[in-house]
Amino acid sequence: MLQDAAAGFLGENAPVTAFRALRDDKAADGFSRDLWAEMAQMGWAGIIVDEGFGGSGFGYVGAGVLAEKMGETLTASPFLSTSVLGATAVQKYGTKAHKETHLPAISSGDSLFALAVDEGPRHNPDHISFSAKTSGNGYILSGAKTFVADGHIADKLIIAARTSGEDRDQQGITLFLVDADTPEVSRESTPMVDSRNAANITVDGLEVTGDDVLGEVGQGYEALEGILAAGRAVLGAEMSGSAQRVFSVTTEYLKEREQFGQKIGSFQGLQHRSAHLATEIEMMKSGVLKSLQALDENFETAGITCSLAKAKSGEVAQLATKEAIQMHGGIGVTDEYDVGLYFKRVHVAQQMFGDAGFHIDRYAKAAGY
Amino acid sequence: MTDLEKFRAETRAWLADKCPEEMRDGDITAENQCWGGRQWEFQSEAQKLWFERALDKGYTVPTWPKEYGGAGLSVEEGKILDEERLAINARKPLSNFGISMLGPALLAYGTHEQKDQHLNAIANGEIRWCQGYSEPGAGSDLASLKTKCEDMGDHWLINGQKIWTSNADISDWIFCLVRTDFDAPKHRGITFILMDMASEGISVKPIVLISGHSPFCETFFDNVKVPKIYGEGNPSVVGEINRGWDVAKALLVHERGMLGTMSPLRGTSGPESLGRHAVEHIGTDQDGRLADPALRQRIAQAELDNWAYNLTVERLTDEANAGNGLGAKSSMLKYAASELTKRGTELRMDVGGTDAASIGEEGIEYGSLANAWLYNRAYSILGGTTEVQLNIISKRVLELPSA
Repeated sequence: MLQDAAAGFLGENAPVTAFRALRDDKAADGFSRDLWAEMAQMGWAGIIVDEGFGGSGFGYVGAGVLAEKMGETLTASPFLSTSVLGATAVQKYGTKAHKETHLPAISSGDSLFALAVDEGPRHNPDHISFSAKTSGNGYILSGAKTFVADGHIADKLIIAARTSGEDRDQQGITLFLVDADTPEVSRESTPMVDSRNAANITVDGLEVTGDDVLGEVGQGYEALEGILAAGRAVLGAEMSGSAQRVFSVTTEYLKEREQFGQKIGSFQGLQHRSAHLATEIEMMKSGVLKSLQALDENFETAGITCSLAKAKSGEVAQLATKEAIQMHGGIGVTDEYDVGLYFKRVHVAQQMFGDAGFHIDRYAKAAGY
Repeated sequence: MTDLEKFRAETRAWLADKCPEEMRDGDITAENQCWGGRQWEFQSEAQKLWFERALDKGYTVPTWPKEYGGAGLSVEEGKILDEERLAINARKPLSNFGISMLGPALLAYGTHEQKDQHLNAIANGEIRWCQGYSEPGAGSDLASLKTKCEDMGDHWLINGQKIWTSNADISDWIFCLVRTDFDAPKHRGITFILMDMASEGISVKPIVLISGHSPFCETFFDNVKVPKIYGEGNPSVVGEINRGWDVAKALLVHERGMLGTMSPLRGTSGPESLGRHAVEHIGTDQDGRLADPALRQRIAQAELDNWAYNLTVERLTDEANAGNGLGAKSSMLKYAASELTKRGTELRMDVGGTDAASIGEEGIEYGSLANAWLYNRAYSILGGTTEVQLNIISKRVLELPSA
């Protein structure tokens, strides 16, 4: 039901042409605030938030349904950063006061969040040197973060900082929830190849208190893992939606386009690659669904399942978008055709929070080899 | 408690009580499974006991009707039995082509009398069946088969040759595709017929494979007389004469379903992780990781694909049970399973290095890793090659145009 509603709404209000218009207009926000307000009205912004805090309580499977549909239409919105990463951080690791303040504001669509974790071009949450020094009763934050998705428009930032230990220690990481719009925080928008926006963020001497800590001081790695797991699974769902749509567009094209006096879909060279991809897409769908279910059933142990889903969906979505371009031939590399937009978005989604190689290695390590 | 929950609890208790410890090794391979048949000798007391206890309960063929030797379980109950059986790593008490292939075809196309005779004999392990489909000139293009079946009034007369008849040398009966009309379009002149392998004129010659072993045979038919009926209402032909292709097609879906629901990375060395198996053989580096990063990556990729495959079997089976069956998607599972199965033994051979490639004075031992690795090359050929599965997916699932 949620699926049909989402498909109907997005098809009407946020088709790929809407995304294209945002890109061509170089919209500063990178998304439509009116559309986001409508999504919030329908309960999407608070999709995983408990009903007691103004959310719709659909859990991660529900979030996955929405992300998959947005992946199909390439809908740009603060959904991942705010409704998945932000809401997970506050709901799973926040204090009662955090939840009462932030969860209703997330659910109503009024407050936008962003997660600041990486400090280099390749995702690596084990490498955190952003500094949080004790000062009186609080901390002083200083450091730089890269590729903070939606960082340029966020009202709140969740920053992974180091309160003790060395650069690569898992111990000593603490998560802070801070206002983004303060003089100590400078944000440099970094338009990405997928025409979504992210920001490099520099923080210089921002004073915060113990109330701004999410979870336990020094034990933030575990919370970070939980938040990232949710983000990875939902990104997997988004890539699954993109892969399915781009594959269906390509299959239709194979049935229409003629060369050598025949439909090109009759050529075995293309048929076998399509059949292989169709099989892989089934595998991807199963993995993504499993990871979302795992988050709903036992959030704390879902991390590796989410990694497997992110790896599989990244691989398959990349294959799907690459094949889409190749099978479309010349028009596949034109800006006018949508397949290139999917190719670019999937590339960034794959880089975000770890590509397939990162997650395959993470799985192997967890499995004892 | 709902009925299904009650059934699950009862089933769990029954399995705990009745399945011998030795049958809980999760290791169901061609070498150690219970095949049944007139020539069958149980490999252990435990195997015999497990078979007899299951038979008593109708659990050799749990979802078949009771009158034909089953337990009459619903699809949901059958699934619960499977889940509970796998939860304790128990083997199936009996598995063979009669259960997985002929049975479903007879249930769909057979007369009551045909089912009564053949299904009961399959269920109680009395008759082992083999499949006579492929011919030297009819492999992937199966419908061009030429084994001739002539109407001689009171009997059929069969002449021709089948190939890749698995275990024909130790099977009791054969279900066979034969040509009854040479003038009709090729799919319309084929008949599905059942015959006793002891019939005069049938001879069998094992085919030695690259492993040095021989699960496959050539089967020759030289003026074989097959009765038209085995009893009242019990003809030797299943379905209509000249319409055997319909039966065969339905049965091929079952074959692919069966081949497509294997556990590809299990089997030759038990259910443990391939990665940890590799650590035992190769050792670790200073970070405690498998000391061969390239192999590590390949193994992890295979385990990832295996994970997604197992979930897909589960998901598609659920969808099939809820809707209109698996249909041509069984080709996706067959394709994925056979390619993964090959990868699994390739990786184990690579982990084993020259140790695994060393075969000893007696040649490649039956049941060894090298044997499995060599035999597994056949998985993407038998039951329709990988390329045929991809053709089917293109045409039937994606509905891409024909040339």
